[in-house]
Amino acid sequence: MAFDKMELKDIEVWDGNFAAAQALRQAQVDVVAAYPITPSTPIVEGYAKFKSDNYVEGEFVMVESEHAAMSGCIGAAAAGGRVATATSSQGLALMVETLYQASGMRLPIVLNIVNRALAAPLNVNGDHSDMYLCRDSGWIQFDAFSPQGAYDLNFIAFKVSEDHDIRLPAIVNQDGFMTSHTAQGVHTLADDDAFGFVGTFKPMNDMLDFEHPVTHGVQTEEDWHFEHKARQHSDLMLKVSPKIDEVFADFEKLTGRKYSQVECYDIDDADVAVFCLGTSVETAREVAGEMRTKGIKAGVIGLRVIRPFPFEQVQEALKNIKAVAILDRSSPNGAPGAMFNEVCAAMYSHESSPLISGYVYGLGGRDLTKAHLVDLYNELQTNADAGKVTTQLQQFIGVRGPKLSFL
Amino acid sequence: MAKKGWDEFEIGAMLRTFDGKIDNIAGTRQEDRSYSENSSYMASVADWRLIKPVFNKDYCIDCQFCWIYCPDVSIISRDKKLIGVDMDHCKGCGICVEVCPTNPKSLLMFPEQADEETEIASWPKKDEEEA
Repeated sequence: MAFDKMELKDIEVWDGNFAAAQALRQAQVDVVAAYPITPSTPIVEGYAKFKSDNYVEGEFVMVESEHAAMSGCIGAAAAGGRVATATSSQGLALMVETLYQASGMRLPIVLNIVNRALAAPLNVNGDHSDMYLCRDSGWIQFDAFSPQGAYDLNFIAFKVSEDHDIRLPAIVNQDGFMTSHTAQGVHTLADDDAFGFVGTFKPMNDMLDFEHPVTHGVQTEEDWHFEHKARQHSDLMLKVSPKIDEVFADFEKLTGRKYSQVECYDIDDADVAVFCLGTSVETAREVAGEMRTKGIKAGVIGLRVIRPFPFEQVQEALKNIKAVAILDRSSPNGAPGAMFNEVCAAMYSHESSPLISGYVYGLGGRDLTKAHLVDLYNELQTNADAGKVTTQLQQFIGVRGPKLSFL
Repeated sequence: MAKKGWDEFEIGAMLRTFDGKIDNIAGTRQEDRSYSENSSYMASVADWRLIKPVFNKDYCIDCQFCWIYCPDVSIISRDKKLIGVDMDHCKGCGICVEVCPTNPKSLLMFPEQADEETEIASWPKKDEEEA
């Protein structure tokens, strides 16, 4: 069975969803089992249309829920195919149980999460609540800041995930609507180059190898479970990070686009920095540039790889900064922000650490404006000058009503 | 099974049924297959059993009902003749006895500690009422 190739311009105007769908087509994904949910639906819808139009050779499995979607993906991955799907928010919440199955079974699956708030109140817009929901699920987790990132990171995710030394599923996050539905120029790869980069799927322990029958999804109790989880954690801690660096380097060779686990912008001489995820990185970069014209040495750090958490790279990026703000786009609901805690843990064990303050922002699609960031950089400069955090450790940005801060 | 360390087994929640490559497994008898130590065939679950089936070949008509109905493939049949019960995998459910059509039955359940030869020697006679 042959499929048609698609002629792409060097730069196409795509939103994040279509960019991800194109990546799934170019990677020639064998099976997509999916259930639609805003704002991720166009990714799997895009794959389905490419398949109907004979641009991809694969199977689209329509299922009854997101739980079933990931279950279908797990079955297909265990059978021995290249597998992907997409979801958001409530759908991801329903899928979470099966995420742990996929990673524990060491099955390479690429899941595009278009980040969206979690109800209640019901909300379809972007924040990172769902991202944190699967924080400890054992998946490799990438974060795109733009449609270009959503496109590129899918290829990178397949290549890392499917490597026989890795065999762990990978998530590509992108911001709901701000990335998923905002069209931008995306530098494309030709079909052959894209597929050549990802490579032909190489099965491992696949159920379709009838000469070597395997049982997937076995049960272990107190005598074996700990060893399996230890092995998975060890591989995430030791093997994945070097593999990601290797694949990032290969990708740069092919495209000229350079990715790092911790993306640093104007950091080398910076006194103050904002540490964030998603589309906020680009807003913060613009404001950092403007702050520099006002004499504040501002920088931005964007976390490209959330899991495995690049502990040492974060230490390296922050060690010479005087004051840093960690932005959490999710309500921690009774604790400091999740990202705040992780960065604090990294810097507490490093000989030099910036003053660290945490900010909760952008819940349910609330904009993070340039004015917010100007105030934030000024506050960080005050902290840097004072040699201590002059505010409370956790503040809310952009919420109406009396100023909200804690700790 | 030897208790291996966390770095000593294949990744994934995955076990292999056989050692090495297999060929024509459907045409190979269980005792001739290269089951791996991880296969359930190699594990005994006999300690689950409280009562056990005893087979009396004098009354068996080799109808194979017990072989078909056994949920654990524990009836051993060769050339369409019942030759015994796999006591490592039989869990004592008694379905084989339930489906046995002979009079008296060719399989009966006895306490786990019962002596097989003694029970066969005192096997129930034909039930004339049922006949």
